[in-house]
Amino acid sequence: MKKKPLHPDSEKSLTADIFVFILFITGASPHSTTAIINLKNICDKYLKGRYKYQVVDVYQQPTIAKDEQLVALPLLIKKAPLPERRCIGDLSDTRKVLQMLGIYAES
Amino acid sequence: MNLKKNTKTTGELLRKTPSGIQGLDEITEGGLPLGRPTLVCGAAGAGKTLFGVGFIVHGAMDYNEPGVIISFEERAEELETNVASLGFDLKKLQKEKKIFIDHVHVQRNEIEETGEYDLDGLFIRLQHAIDTVGAKRVMLDTIENLFGGLTNDGILRAELRRLFNWLKQIGATTIITAEKGDGTLTRQGLEEYVSDCVILLDHRVENQISTRRLRVVKYRGSIHGTNEYPFLIDENGISVLPVTSLRLENKVSTQRVSSGIPELDEMLGGKGFYKGSSILVSGTAGTGKTSIVATTVNAACNRNERCLFFAFEESPQQIIRNMRSIGLDLQKHVDAGLLVFSATRPTVYGLEMHLVNMHKKIQEYNPKLVIVDPISNLLTTGILGDVKLFLMRLLDYLQSKGITGMFTALNLNSVITEKSDEGVSSLVDAWITVKDIETNGERNKGLYIMKSRGMKHSNRIREFVITDEGLTLVDVFIGPEGVLTGSARESQELLNETGSELRGYALSRNNKAIDRKRKVLESKIAALNEEFDSVRDDLNRVYIEEDLKKDVLEKARKKLIQKRKDNGKNK
Repeated sequence: MKKKPLHPDSEKSLTADIFVFILFITGASPHSTTAIINLKNICDKYLKGRYKYQVVDVYQQPTIAKDEQLVALPLLIKKAPLPERRCIGDLSDTRKVLQMLGIYAES
Repeated sequence: MNLKKNTKTTGELLRKTPSGIQGLDEITEGGLPLGRPTLVCGAAGAGKTLFGVGFIVHGAMDYNEPGVIISFEERAEELETNVASLGFDLKKLQKEKKIFIDHVHVQRNEIEETGEYDLDGLFIRLQHAIDTVGAKRVMLDTIENLFGGLTNDGILRAELRRLFNWLKQIGATTIITAEKGDGTLTRQGLEEYVSDCVILLDHRVENQISTRRLRVVKYRGSIHGTNEYPFLIDENGISVLPVTSLRLENKVSTQRVSSGIPELDEMLGGKGFYKGSSILVSGTAGTGKTSIVATTVNAACNRNERCLFFAFEESPQQIIRNMRSIGLDLQKHVDAGLLVFSATRPTVYGLEMHLVNMHKKIQEYNPKLVIVDPISNLLTTGILGDVKLFLMRLLDYLQSKGITGMFTALNLNSVITEKSDEGVSSLVDAWITVKDIETNGERNKGLYIMKSRGMKHSNRIREFVITDEGLTLVDVFIGPEGVLTGSARESQELLNETGSELRGYALSRNNKAIDRKRKVLESKIAALNEEFDSVRDDLNRVYIEEDLKKDVLEKARKKLIQKRKDNGKNK
């Protein structure tokens, strides 16, 4: 079942922009590993070739936690295209992740 | 078995860390549980954040225990500004690496939840903060705010449990603040996780005036005061005044100070009050309570002692004017800087603030004598019990500083009962009461000393007279007609004078009579003497006559004999 696009011009942005993500994780915790796998899957499926992402292990850079206002982890920040959006969790709720990305979801 | 266990555990008592919050350590017998979390809950504006910041700041400054403040509400700058008014310089402490402040901000609309997560971010930040300053103390200011930002209750609760356990493990003494819920201590039931020590702050409004109170709800493994203790927030942060646990260890003085009324001093064993004692002057309306204290103030100022006058009824000018009418020039002392008035309406603020104000003024001015006129007016700001506690705290403070305190209180009923005067009579060292004595269509004042600890004092009722030159005490007349005062006393005195006059007259009359009697007797004695003399003369005359006769007869006989002889010769 197809859903209507969430934004009328999301089709356009889909084709034009490159998605930039930062994923904050904490070492090799179960949530962290799940999050990495889920992100990779989603990107490969919906944004093939149009994405860049960086994985940051907060344990390695504890000061970043204060600067980025990190509380709940894992945290995914979409830096581009604007607006910047954040989502927490292991990204297993694909529909919500797509909503955040501005991609209409398919069940 | 149980007993054995108990005696065994006394050896390893719960270790505590001083909170640095004045008075709290006394209630909790040493402070907050070391290395354990303490929950501080209360409604909005109860002073939770202040409590926590006070704990952290005092730890950093006084006990060499650096601290971390994780604020979920205010940003660091806001927090700095808010507590700056209380004398906490967070900026400086942060620079000195004694305190680390981190503002944790969770905005719900910015965050989407897409599955399982944990609060490792918070853990890492906390760990980092603790490592940075080597913190021994941690404050989590309203961690419940997380519930507003994150929706998954199940995860949050599990994570909070993990957080508190972790804090316990690393041995950080933690304060967790939480908003009071409806019927529960906290909105999110945090007391479930933090069960070592729970402190409840309360902010109650009675008669439109608010009073802050603190209660230790729970303190696992330790005895603690269970009462509600009033506390106040002033420049030094929170200070709890644990009335019932204050130790009675104040130094006392044997020095005496004059009350300014010589007759009253005389009633008090001749020397006046003890220095540093507390004196209650009570009486019905218009009995001259203020005049008594003003006289004492005047006397103290004349001795070059500083006085502080808290007036709750009259303005300073009014008091000065009124006292001039009894010959007291208080203005002189005000000008000389020996007397300071602090006049406020009792309803201006709650009892707490009054106490704060008084503490401040006393500290600033360092007086020898403090007057509160009258304490009964404070009743408008609180219930009786509160006023009593207030006075107890004030008295304690004065005593600890060796300041003599004098309080006036209005008696509403003319009958003096044991339970009166805001129940402070048991607190004060000396209690003077002025009572109306109503007789013969006159109202006069009788002064009693109800009590005066540690000195001989008169049991007499003295009539209290206010003259243009000041106050004096006159002996009342106690006679067959009862206690006489005022003009009745004067007339009785007059009557006495007449009586003595009459008695004197009677005496002199008697003396005269005796004199006369003596004179009569004396004259009688003289007459009898005369008579005796005449009788004796009479008797003597007979003798002489007899002698004379005898003589003459003898002569005649001799002549006769001679004649006879001559005749014979011639023959």
